[in-house]
Formats: sequence, C-alpha cells, structure tokens
Amino acid sequence: MQVVQHLRIAALATAVVALTSGGALAQKKYDTGASDTEIKIGNIMPYSGPASAYGVIGKTEEAYFKKINAEGGINGRKITFVSYDDAYSPPKAVEQVRKLVESDEVLFVFNPLGTPSNSAIQKYLNGKKIPQLFVATGATKWNDAKNFPWTMGWQPSYQSEGRIYAKYLLKDKPGAKIGVLFQNDDFGKDYLKGLKDGLGDKAASMIVMEESYETSEPSIDGHIVKLKASGADVFFSVTTPKFAAQAIKKLAEIDWHPTHLVVNVSASVGSVIKPAGFENSQGILSAAYAKDAADAQWDNDPGMKKFFEFLAQYYPDANKLDSSVVYGYGAAQTVVKVLQMCGDDLTRANVMKQAASLKDFAPDTLLPGVKISTSATDFAPIEQLQMMRFKGEKWELFGEAISGAIE
Amino acid sequence: MELFTNQVLAGIATGAIYACMALAVVMIYQAIDHLNFAQGEMAMFSTFISWQLMQWGLPYWVAFVVTLAFSFAGGILIERVLFKPLTKAPILTQVAGFIALFSIINSCAGLIWDFTIKQYPTPFGSSPFLGSQLISTHQAGMIGITVLLLIGLYFFFQYTRVGLAMRAAAAVPESARLVGINTSWMIALGWGMAAAIGSIAGMLIAPVVFLEPNMMGGVLIYGFAAAVLGGLTSPFGAVLGGFLVGVFENLAGTYIPHVGNEMKLPIALALIISVLVIKPAGLFGRNIVKRV
Amino acid sequence: MSAIEEIASQAPAVDAVPKRAMTLSSGTTFVVVLLLLVVPLFVKNFIIFQMTMLLIYGLAVLALNILTGGSGQFSLGNSAFYAVGAYTSAILMEQYNVNYALTLPVAGVICFGFGFLFGQPALRLSGVYLALATFALATAMPQILKLGFFEHWTGGVQGLVVTKPDAPFGLPMSQDMWLYYFTLAITIAIYIFSVNLLRSRSGRAFMAIRDNEIAASAMGIDVATYKTLAFGVSAGITGVAGGLGAIAVQFVAPDSYTIVLAISLFLGMVVGGVGWLPGSFVGAAFIIFVPNIAEGISKGLSGAVFGVLLFLVIFLVPHGARQVAMVAQQLLGKLRKN
Repeated sequence: MQVVQHLRIAALATAVVALTSGGALAQKKYDTGASDTEIKIGNIMPYSGPASAYGVIGKTEEAYFKKINAEGGINGRKITFVSYDDAYSPPKAVEQVRKLVESDEVLFVFNPLGTPSNSAIQKYLNGKKIPQLFVATGATKWNDAKNFPWTMGWQPSYQSEGRIYAKYLLKDKPGAKIGVLFQNDDFGKDYLKGLKDGLGDKAASMIVMEESYETSEPSIDGHIVKLKASGADVFFSVTTPKFAAQAIKKLAEIDWHPTHLVVNVSASVGSVIKPAGFENSQGILSAAYAKDAADAQWDNDPGMKKFFEFLAQYYPDANKLDSSVVYGYGAAQTVVKVLQMCGDDLTRANVMKQAASLKDFAPDTLLPGVKISTSATDFAPIEQLQMMRFKGEKWELFGEAISGAIE
Repeated sequence: MELFTNQVLAGIATGAIYACMALAVVMIYQAIDHLNFAQGEMAMFSTFISWQLMQWGLPYWVAFVVTLAFSFAGGILIERVLFKPLTKAPILTQVAGFIALFSIINSCAGLIWDFTIKQYPTPFGSSPFLGSQLISTHQAGMIGITVLLLIGLYFFFQYTRVGLAMRAAAAVPESARLVGINTSWMIALGWGMAAAIGSIAGMLIAPVVFLEPNMMGGVLIYGFAAAVLGGLTSPFGAVLGGFLVGVFENLAGTYIPHVGNEMKLPIALALIISVLVIKPAGLFGRNIVKRV
Repeated sequence: MSAIEEIASQAPAVDAVPKRAMTLSSGTTFVVVLLLLVVPLFVKNFIIFQMTMLLIYGLAVLALNILTGGSGQFSLGNSAFYAVGAYTSAILMEQYNVNYALTLPVAGVICFGFGFLFGQPALRLSGVYLALATFALATAMPQILKLGFFEHWTGGVQGLVVTKPDAPFGLPMSQDMWLYYFTLAITIAIYIFSVNLLRSRSGRAFMAIRDNEIAASAMGIDVATYKTLAFGVSAGITGVAGGLGAIAVQFVAPDSYTIVLAISLFLGMVVGGVGWLPGSFVGAAFIIFVPNIAEGISKGLSGAVFGVLLFLVIFLVPHGARQVAMVAQQLLGKLRKN
C-alpha cells in the first residue's frame, strides 16, 4: 500500500515537472548519436567521380545545418553533419555508411544520393534499424514501409512523374506518336515504365520508338536523327542535364518540332534551358515540384527570398542556377522539421515515426500547392507535380498540382 | 535509304569530334611514345580558360589565340615539373602519373567552374550547312579546321627539322641523342604541341557537347579508339579513324537489331580490335620490328 | 611513310623482377600472417569489414600482378573479370540458393575460361593496343550486364542484393568476422598458389616472355599457350575476388564495376610494385584508404588531393612498395653485418 502511494506521488511529481517544463516530455530518450547537446547526422554524396555534379547537394545541406546551429540548433541541440564521399560506387557507399554507423555513430543517415548506392546500403541499415531518411533518388522502391520500415524517399518518384506525362498526353494528344530517348540506367528505365503504365493498353500503339543512350557517349545526335526518322510527333526526353540541352539544340538544328517533354531532372532554367538557348526552348513541356532559383518569377517569393538570404550568408560560393542547391535546401529543411517534431525523444524509432507523421509541410522552395505528407503506410513525402510550359525566359505553370501517386 | 544517308552524315559530324581529339592523341604519341590519359582533361581545362576569357569580354579569336599560347606553355610546364623527374621511372609508373594528373585537373575545374553545363560559342554559326540540316556550319567548320591541322602536322613531321627531330627522339632516343638532338626538350615541345592541339579540339567540341568538367571523358575514349584504329603514328590515319568510328557507330546503332543501340560502343570497339588483330599497327601505322 | 621499317630496341615496358625478389622472407611472412589473424579480435566490425575489402582488392591486384608483372601483358580490363565473378556468385546464391562457399570455385572457373578465351585475340596485341582492347572489355561489361536479355538473372540496372552468410557450426563470431577469416583463408591459399606458380616451370616461362618474347620463343617456350594461360589464371583469381566482394558488400550492380575499378586495380599494382606479389596488398590499402584521407583533407578538392598524393608516392618510390621493401632489406643486412 505504501509502495503504491509512493509511486503515485512520484507520478504526480513527474507530471508537475512535465507541466512546468512547458509540456515537453519529461523523460529525454536518446539513441546513439543524440545527446543533450548534439544530434549527429550521417550522409554520403558523390563528391568525386562521374556524378560529382550532385556533390553540391551535400554542401548545401552542410551550410543549412550551419545556419540552424547559428540560430541555436534544434531544441537546444547542435547538428553535427558528417558527410562522406562514395564516388557513386556502391562498394564505397557500403564502406562509408558502415563508417558512419559504426565509427562515427550517427543517429541516422540522411539524404544519401543515388539509386545504386542506396540499394547497396538499404539492407544493412534496415537490419540495424537505422533510419535511411529522405534518400536522394526518385526510384519507386523507397516507398515500401512494409518491407523496409527504415527507408524513406523524398522527391516524387520518376515513375509517378512518367504517369503524369502519360495522363497529359492521353487527354491533350490522344493520337500522339511518342518517341522516347532515355538514359540506359535505373533513372531512364523508371521513367519509361511510368509512362507505359500511365498509357496502359495504348502504350504499344502510342510509343513508336524507345531509344537509349549511354552517359559515356559524347553526343547524342545520332539518336535524335533516328527518332526524327521514326515519324514521332511527341519527343519524350528522359535525359540528364547535359544531354537534355544537347537534344534541345539538336532538334532546332535539324528543324524538327515535335511536342517536346523534358523530365523534371533536366527542367532547370539555369543549367539546361539557358545553355541550350531560349529561342530553341519555346513550348517545351515539363513538370515541377520545386521553384527554380534561376527563374525570375520567384524573385519576390517570400520562401525564395529566405532561400537567397541563406545563400548570401552561409553559402556565398553557391551557383544559384544549379537546381541541386534548391534541392539540398528543401531536403535539409524537411529533416530539420522532423527533428523539431521529435522533441526530446531522439530515438531512431521516433525519428522514423515523426518522419512518417508529416502533415502538409511546405519547405520554402516547393511550388505553391505542393506539400509534404506522410503516414505509417505512405513513405513518399512529395507526390505532387505541376505541369509547365516554357515561354519567353521562364516556365509557365498550368493546370493544378497533380498527384502521381501509384495506386 | 534516307535514314542511311542521314546516319552517315550524322556519323561524319560526330566523327569530326573524334578526329579532332585523335590528332591530339597522335601528337603526344609521336612525342612520348605512349598515350596520355590526362589529355582530355587538359583540353577541357584549356577550353574553360578560353570560356573565362570570353566571359571577361575578350572577343572569340583573341581568346582562342591566348588559350593556344596558354595551353602550349602549360603543356611544357607540366612536362618539366611533373614528368621529367619520372623519365627514368618504369612506363607503368608514368601511366599512374597521367591518372593522377587527370584526377587533379578534373577536380580543380569542378571547384573553379562547378559542374553545371556552360554554353560555348562557335565562330561558324550553327545554321544548316549547304542545305543539309544534318551538318551545321559549325560542324563543317570543325571538319575544315581538323583537315587544316592535319595538313599542318603532316608537313611538320615530314619536312621540318624540329618535326623530324621529335619523331626521332620518341622512336629511337639513344640514336637521336648521338646525332645531337636534345631529346629531353623534344619531349617537352611535344607536350606543348599536344596540349595546344588538344585545346583546339576542346574549343571545337564544346559548342556541340556543352562545356563542363566531365565533357572530355567520353570523347577521349573515342579519340583513343580512332587514333589506334588509324595507326598511332599517322595523323592522316587518326583523322580517317575518327570519321570511320563515328559513321560505324551510328550504323551499328541503327541497323544491328536488338542490341545494336545499347551496345554500339562495345561493338565499335570490338570492330577496332578485330582490325588490330589483322593489322596490329592500325590501318596506316608502320610496323615496328623488335630486336632481341 | 618510309620504306624501311623502323627498328626499336627499347627496354621492355615491365621491369625484369627476379623471381626470388617476388616474395617476402619467411620471418616477415610469419609476422604479417600473425597480425592478420590477431588484429580483428581487437577492432570494430567496421574495421574488420575494411580489412576484408583490403584482402579482396589485394587478391584482385595480385591477379593483375601475375598478368602484368609476371607475363608482361598489360590489362585495363580486369574489372570485367571481377564483375563476372561477382555476378556469378550473386546469381548462384540468390537465384539458385547455392551455398556461398561453393559459388567461389564456380566463379573462378568461369572467369578462367573467360580470360583464357579473351587471351586468344590479345595474343596479337601488345602495349597500347592491348591496353585499348582490355579497356574495351572494361567499358563493355557494365553495358552487357544491363542488357534486357540478361535482366532475368542480373536484375538489370537495379542489381541484386546478396545475403551475408552467418558463421557456420554456431561459432560465436559476427558475420563480419567470419567472412574476414573465410576471406583470409582463401587469400592465403591463393597467395601460396601464386608464389608457387611463378616459381614453377610456367612461372619461368611467363617471365621469359615478359623479358623478351622473341628470345623466349627462340628458346622453345610456347608463347601463345603461356600468354593465354596467364590471362586465364589472372581472370580466375580476379573472379574469386569478385565473388568474395559481392558477398562482403552484399550487393552487385553494373555501376560497381566500371572502368574506375579497373583503373584503381592498376594504381594498386603500380603503388605496390609491379611484379612484387606482397606489394599487391600494400597497393590495395592505397586504393582503399588514400581516397578517404584525401577526402578528409578537402571535400571539394578530394580528387586533386588524391592526385597529389599519388604523385608524391611515385616521385618518392617510382617502383612502389617493392622499392621500400628492398631498401629496408638492405638496411637490415647492413645492421646485421655491423
């Protein structure tokens, strides 16, 4: 009896402490990598090697965390961001991630880049129950809460984007003859699959040619000539920036003017459209979920103003034409939001739980109307995209933000 | 039939890129008797220099000439500082040196100019050439310059004292020294010339493939292949090799069913190897007799 | 151009390394093996994983060393053999449920055959031409692995995830530690095999061909057989290393086996010392750890730092770790005399 009373008093006392400390959880819970003063986040990026263009994402995130720390950190804790180079090589990715987990002892791994690298580390991280949070790839397989409860994507998947184009074509150009140029890797094949799934039964009759290219090819002119000869009147360009720009230029040179769809990866005004020439890019279609820092229409946008202020203060070397900078900022902002939601319960399980409880969160750099929502079964944070058409020197959005979620 | 003609023309246009690079490869081979893996990166760096000069407001041809001079000096400097000390090292160690140089240049260019692609101007314009939409005036201009370079190189190696001395220094260094050729400086001169020719190749290729630090990776593979196909000792062979590789690659991609398109580079390389098996010194290379 | 064919009498591309200088003394060997056995007991799993990778890359570099340092043939294509070995193991384990240990000999035999066949056209080529041919093989391999035709087995561009084996007989050790000792056993076996191979009649034939092909054939050595044999053996060992690599990394994908891997193996060989078998493992350490050091010095310029470090090494010791070992040996000899 006495014991029970004793416990009651203790419980009451705890409740009082909890109330007085502003409603936060009285008990602080930590896993490896978190403490009263620090949250340790791991990351891998291709700072060297063939995909080094994306290294900017890691640098932007580092700068963003520096800003968060300068402003007092998250609930009083400073972020330590440990980012290693995997050179876009899966074996190196495994080595570096193990180093992060076993040697640096990070709380979780955030935004590792590349489908091959993430595939290589997925099993290891899930086995160790360490969050592989907001991976920087658009493959569909990251949205698999049942089999991989510790892995979560961030950007819209390539397949769902492909479906959005299919929807558009079925509605606006039902008789289209589609010629597809795609990069021969997971990125290219996912888009192609999305397009085909979206077209359904009509895929076989509408797609007149599927042409792949390798990244080792210096120029893709030969493929364009072939696609023109196929009689296609829609050109779907599943290409990375350099090749997208080459295609835009080549189409103008050989005087071929089909409906030209460019995937979101290569819709950047600064790093694709401008080098390829505005005069060659009129009427090109694409879809977007984030604002383009090189596009003047966002100069007075409050969110982008914050973004530009951040760049000026914490990452002055950044090239604002590079869409990877916008990407890194948005991803970093999302993870900071999740950590704020975690409060004092900084366990790996809670990080995953909070990441799966985002409701209509909108980072500064996302398009108006595009919001991040997740749930215990929905591990695809951004699912909406909006179609847009290039006119003059900027993109004009049209229609509504469409969800490309795969039912 | 129209597709065939189109693909041949497109192949010639792309082949011009390879031919240009192949010339630079032959140049360095004549000077040092092996291949320089960092050659593409050196060309890329030079092209960035010219781009930077134009950003600062210099007109195209001024930037062109300044870059040429810079590349020539840069090539000599690299040889004197980095590779002269390695003269006595085994050849494979020197090859490791080329790889190190590749890594350094690529990384520095990425840091200075970042990895976004840059538009690069052309002095020839990019309108259709002689009514054919498949070859633009730029590509025609590129072929023209390649041919001019080729003729220049031919006369240089065949008829000038320096050219002959350089060939002698690379092929039979001991004998060359005995007849009073400064072989060490011949090698440096070869590096300078190769760098200069590489910079021309880079500046001609950039308008087609866009300027960025990794732009020469693929080009160099094809340039090597073209030079080896034509024979590493023959500038003429290298240029022809470039066009052959360009045309063949396009035709293989178009006409070989199922795997042709995905496998066009391997198929092109396999063909080159078959040629080498029959003619081990390339189409126009000279056979070298080994002594016991 | 000229009617008279040029005559070249240059030094061979690869140094002539006497066969006795190819190995370590027995005392040193004992210490190294002892360290390899004991160290894993005292370090973190992650370090054990790195040591496993070191042994695996060491094997791959050793295989290249037999080909280049032994028989004088240059290859930039060993990444292709590594890929074939890795995929053989991965496919057998994941699609056909074969025990991991049994997949390795299969990988070795398949790669031996593959290398032997590739050695045939390579016979006609040497120097830069052979480099280009092997280079072609290395660039073709990822593309072949991506082909839709093989996708059923290879998993196409997505690759295959491989299950890591547990320690057998209920041994109380982690998966990493078991895999390390398993790899170590195979490495020691292959190392002993390689040393004996190079000391055998075949090994002497390899070296005779390396030093002077024409003289070797005049002495009655069947140049064609031995050159293709060297390719086969090298490919076979690389294949076993590839299989082990697939198990250790738990993942195979076309992007793991690009030309970058072939270049790394080549650098490992040069840094370790061409023709010096123990150096292969020094070279492997170089290609695993130096990029990490470079990254630690500067992230933005990691490539440049790596290049500078590589230059430093080849300036100081153009003959690689072999040179260091020789100098050390001489010093030791002097000390003993005094």
